[in-house]
Amino acid sequence: MGRVEGKVAFITGAARGQGRSHAIRLAQEGADIIAVDLADHIPNIDYPSATEEDLAETVRQVEALDRRIIATKVDIRDRAALKAAVDEGVGQLGKLDIVVANAGICVIADWQGTSEDVWEQTIGTNLTGTWNTLQTTTQHLIDNGGGSIIMTSSAAGIKGLPFLSAYVASKHGVVGLMRAYATELAEYNVRVNTIHPTGVNTPMGTLGGGAFGPLLEAHPKLGGMLANLLPIEITEPVDQSNAVLWLASDESRYVTSLELTVDAGNTQF
Amino acid sequence: MGRVEGKVAFITGAARGQGRSHAIRLAQEGADIIAIDICEAIPENPYDPATEEDLAETVRQVEALDRRIVASKADVRDFEQLKGALDAGVAELGRLDIVSANAGISGSPNKSQDIPDAEWKNMIDINLGGVWRTAKAAIPHLRAGGRGGSIILTSSDAGLFPYENISHYVSAKHGVVGLMRTLALELAPDFIRVNSLHPTTVDTPMVQNDAIYRLFRPDLENPTKQDFADAATFMNALPVPWVEAVDISNALLWLASDESRYVTGVTLPVDAGAAVK
Repeated sequence: MGRVEGKVAFITGAARGQGRSHAIRLAQEGADIIAVDLADHIPNIDYPSATEEDLAETVRQVEALDRRIIATKVDIRDRAALKAAVDEGVGQLGKLDIVVANAGICVIADWQGTSEDVWEQTIGTNLTGTWNTLQTTTQHLIDNGGGSIIMTSSAAGIKGLPFLSAYVASKHGVVGLMRAYATELAEYNVRVNTIHPTGVNTPMGTLGGGAFGPLLEAHPKLGGMLANLLPIEITEPVDQSNAVLWLASDESRYVTSLELTVDAGNTQF
Repeated sequence: MGRVEGKVAFITGAARGQGRSHAIRLAQEGADIIAIDICEAIPENPYDPATEEDLAETVRQVEALDRRIVASKADVRDFEQLKGALDAGVAELGRLDIVSANAGISGSPNKSQDIPDAEWKNMIDINLGGVWRTAKAAIPHLRAGGRGGSIILTSSDAGLFPYENISHYVSAKHGVVGLMRTLALELAPDFIRVNSLHPTTVDTPMVQNDAIYRLFRPDLENPTKQDFADAATFMNALPVPWVEAVDISNALLWLASDESRYVTGVTLPVDAGAAVK
C-alpha cells in the first residue's frame, strides 16, 4: 500500500527538475498526477527552458509506474488556461487531494541589474502564478472533503540572499500566501505548508548558478550566505520530493502552516 | 524494506504515550530500540506515573514486530544512569543512529509567582536538562559510528509560544529549541542532524487528566473530558481537539529516516495549526 495510494496530485512546473521528481515520487507511492508546465521559452533566465519533450518524459516515467497522468502545456500566469487544465484533469481523474505549487523561475542579478521585466516576470510567475494555482484548485480540495497544498518557497523565502531581490521578494510572498490560506482553509481540513529548499541539482539550480561567480567575486563578504551547514554543496530533487510526499500523505494529517526547510541548514547559517 | 531498516534508535520516556508510540512506529519500519523510562512517580506531577509494567508492554509490542529492544529503568536527571543504559544498549545492538529525547512532564499548573522553587527546578532538570543529558550521552556513539545520525528533541507548541500558568513548562520547552539550534550547528560537520518536534495536545496520560482539564477550563469546577475537548478544539485551527501519538511518531519517523537527510535545525510543529491561531 503506497503512502499516497489512490490520491490525485496536481503539480505545476512538472516537465523536469523538482516538479518531475515530485510527480514520480508521488506516483511511486500510488498517486495519479495532473501535470502542467510552461514547456516553452522563458526570456531573461541563464538556464535552458523546459520543453514539451521534457514534459513528455515526465508522462512516460509516471506511466511506467502504472499510474495515470494528464499533462498539459500551461503558463500559470494565465488563470483561465490554468483553470481549464485543472478542471479537465480533475474531471478525468475524478477528484483532487494534493496540490504542489512548484513552478518558478530564478534570475540572478544585483539590484541595479534587476530590470522591470525581470521583476514583473518573477513576481508574476513565482507569486501571482502560485496564487493562481491556489485559486483554481482550492474548491476541488474542499469538494473532496480536505486535502494538502504544498507550495515551493526557498531558503530565500526565510532569509535574504544577495543578487536575487525579485526572487527573494517572490518567495517571501509565498510564505505570506501560505499562512493566510492555512488560516482560512483549516475549517475545511485543507492543510497548507511550504517547503524551503537550498540549492537543488536541477537545470535551474546548477546551470543558472554561474551568474553568481562575478557578483560574489566583487562582493566576497556575501558568499557565506549561500553556504550550507551540513557538509554538502547541493541537494537532490528527491530530497525535496520526500518532504513533499510526507506533507502530501496522511502521515502529516495534523501539520499545517509549516515552513519546512530542506536546506542542509542553510537558513541556520 | 522499512524506512529505517537496520538502524538503532534510543528513546527516552518510552514506557507509554508518545515514547511507546515512537518505539513501535520505528520498529514497524525496521529499527531496533534502546528504551528507557523512569517508571516512577515524580513529586507533584498531577497524573499517574508510568510503571515498569508499562515499559514491559512497550518491550512486548516491539518484540511482537520481530525487532530487538533493550529496555531499562533510568532517570534522565541522572547522567550516569542514562549513559549506563545507553552504553549497554549500544553494546548489545551494535550501533546508534537515531535519538528521540522524548521524556518529559507537564508539571502542575500555577501562576508564575506561585510555582514552588522545587517544582521549577525539577521541571527544568527533566524537560531541559534531561534532553541535554540524552544528547550528551548519545553524541559519542553517533560520532563513533561515522554514519551521521538524527537527533529529535520533543519540544511543544509551548516551545514556540507562551501559555499562561505553566511558565516552568514553557521555559523548559523554549530552552529545548535553543539547545536544538546549537546542537545543529555543532554537529553538522559530522552529518548529525538535530531537529525539534512541537506537538499540540496529544491524547496521552500526560494530557488526559484532571489537572490539564482544569488548566484548559478554569471557568469550571469539575471539567470533564468533553469540556476539555471543547477548549482544546478552539485552540487548534484544524477541527480536532487533540492529535494522536502516532501523528507525532510519523513526523519523528520522517526526521529519523534518510528521507530527510538534508533537514537540520527545523522546529517542526505537529499541532493541527494551533500555531497559526
